[in-house]
Amino acid sequence: MKRTPLALAAILVVVLAAGPWLPQWAMFIVTVAFARGLVALGLMLLLRAGLVSFGQALYFCLGAYAAGALGRFLGVSDIVLEMLAGGAVAALAAFVLGFLLARYRGIFFGLLSLALSMILYGLLVKNEALGSTDGFNILRSTLFGIRPSADWVRYAVMATAAVVAVGAALVVDRYLQTPLGRLAPAIKDNEIRVEYMGASARYAVHVKYVIAAALAGIGGALAATTVGHIDPDMAYWTTSGEFIFIAILGGTSNVIAPFAAALLYGLIHTTAYDLSPNTWQMSLGIALLLLIVFLPQGLFGRFGWR
Amino acid sequence: MDQLLAVVVDGVIYSAWLFIAALGLTLIYGVMKIVNVTHGSFYALGAYAGASLTGFWLARGYPAALSYVVLFVAAVLATLVFAPAIERGILRFMYAKDEVVILLITYALFLILEDVIKLIWGVNPYFIAEPYALLGSFEVAGMAYPTYNLLLVALAIVFGGGLAWFLTGTRNGKLLRAVIHDPEVSRAMGVNVGRFYLVTFTFGSLLAALAGSYTAPTVSVVPGLGVEIIVLSFAVVVIGGLGSLPGAALGAVIVGIVRSLSVHYLPQVELFVIYFVMAMVLALRPRGLFSLEEPRKI
Repeated sequence: MKRTPLALAAILVVVLAAGPWLPQWAMFIVTVAFARGLVALGLMLLLRAGLVSFGQALYFCLGAYAAGALGRFLGVSDIVLEMLAGGAVAALAAFVLGFLLARYRGIFFGLLSLALSMILYGLLVKNEALGSTDGFNILRSTLFGIRPSADWVRYAVMATAAVVAVGAALVVDRYLQTPLGRLAPAIKDNEIRVEYMGASARYAVHVKYVIAAALAGIGGALAATTVGHIDPDMAYWTTSGEFIFIAILGGTSNVIAPFAAALLYGLIHTTAYDLSPNTWQMSLGIALLLLIVFLPQGLFGRFGWR
Repeated sequence: MDQLLAVVVDGVIYSAWLFIAALGLTLIYGVMKIVNVTHGSFYALGAYAGASLTGFWLARGYPAALSYVVLFVAAVLATLVFAPAIERGILRFMYAKDEVVILLITYALFLILEDVIKLIWGVNPYFIAEPYALLGSFEVAGMAYPTYNLLLVALAIVFGGGLAWFLTGTRNGKLLRAVIHDPEVSRAMGVNVGRFYLVTFTFGSLLAALAGSYTAPTVSVVPGLGVEIIVLSFAVVVIGGLGSLPGAALGAVIVGIVRSLSVHYLPQVELFVIYFVMAMVLALRPRGLFSLEEPRKI
C-alpha cells in the first residue's frame, strides 16, 4: 500500500476545494506554510544523511531575489515562471557550491553553509540596485497571463503553491525509494562502509544538496510572491534557524511531515505572537529543546509509514 | 599615509573588541566541543546588566570613575545567575550527543534567553554614555579617538594573556589541557571533568558577558543585540581554528584589519568581506589557520 501519494492527493483536493471558503489570512498562512515546507523538505533530505545546513536561507533568499528580479527588471509576474527561476538559480548555485560542501560533514558543513548565506546577506545589504536593507516590493502575482482579481490573487497563489508542493513531495518521495535516496541513512551511520559498498557518499550528498537548494529556491520565490516584499533578512542566519526548527519539528520519517510542521509553525507563530510578543521565541526554544530530547524523530516520527 | 594609519588604529580597536567577544567561544569549543550559540545571549545579558546597573549607579550619584568596576561586576552577576544553571541543568545531560545536536540545543537555549532578556529588561533601549565620555579622547594623525577604546585593547591583552598563562603556567590549566586532550582518561586519572566543564562554560560565558557590558557604553542596548555577535564571533573563531587561543587572536586581527580596510576604502563590501574570508578559510583549511593537530585516538 502506497499511502503517501494517496495522502498527498487528498491534501491537494482538500486545499483546492476548501480554498474559496477560507478567509484571506488563512490562505496566507497556508501558502507561507507551503513555501516554508518546501525548504524544510529539502532540509529533511540533508538531515537524513546527518547533515544540518545552517545556511539554507541562502537558497531561500536567492530564489526570492530571482523571482523579484524577474519582476523588477523584466516585468514578469507569473507565479510559475517566478518559481521556476527561483528553483533554477538556487539549484545552479548549489551545483557549483556543492563541489565544495559535499566534502564537509558535521559542524563544518553547518559553519560553511552559514558563512555562504552570510556572504549573500552581506552583498544584498549593500546593493543599492536591489534596495539594500529595505529590499523591494514584488509585482502582484499573475498566472499563465491571467491577472486574477484582487479577491482571487491569494487563492491563485495558494492553489499553485499546493500543486507545486504536492508535486515536489511526490518527486522527493519517489527519490527516497531510489538507491541514491536510500543511501542517506547509511551515510549518517557509517560513511566508510558506504564507500566500501562501492557508492560515493560525496556524490550522494552533492545530489541531495542540489535538490534541497532547488526546493528552497522554489520556496523562496513562492514566499516572495505571497508576501509581496523581499529583503536581505531572508538570507540572515535566523531565517535558517527557523527552517531547521521546522525540519526538526517534522522529522525525517515522511515527506508530508515538513509541510505539516511548517503549518504548525505558522499557526504557533501567529497565535503566540499575538498573545504574547515577548515570549513567543521562548516557547519555540522550549519546544525545540523538548523535541530534541524526547522526540528526536520529530512530531510525526511515530507514524510508521513512509 | 594618514588614512593607512587610521585603518590600523580602527583595525586594532575592532580586533580587540572581536577578540574579547570570541575568546569565550573558542575556549568553550576547545574544552567541551560545543559550538555555543548562547554565547550571543551572554553578550546581550552582559550588555543589559552593565547598562542597567551602571545607569543605577550613576543615577544615585556615586563616583563615575568606579563605573568601570560596576560594568565588570554586572557581567559577573549576570553570568553567575544563568551560566551554571544552564550547564548543570541542561547541557551536562547532552554531552553524549552529536556536536550538531548540541549546537541545536544551544540554539534553542538562545531563543529562550532572547525572551528572558526581554522579560527582565523590557524592549526599550538603554543608554549609558558616561563611562565612554569620561576618559576623553586621543588623537592619531588628526583623527580623534575615544580613549575608552584603549581600555578595550587593554582588556583584550589582559584576557588573552591571562588565559594563556592559566593554561600553560598553572596546575589547573595543565589539568584542563589534559581534559581537552582526553576527557575519559583524565576522568580515570581522578580529574573531576564535570567540574572543569562547569567552570569552563561559566568562564567562557563570563567573557561574552564582559564583552557585552564593556560594549554597552558605546552603543544603545536594544533587543537582538546578541544576534549579530554570534555569527561575527563564529567567523573569528573559525578563521583562527575552532578551539585555538592563538587562533582566536589571529582571527580577530584578520577580521578587524579586513573590516577596517573595507570601511575606509570600499564600504560596499564591509560585511561581505568578513564572511568571504571565513568561507575561504573553511574551504582551504577547514580546521582554521591555527588548527591544532587532532590527537589520534584508538
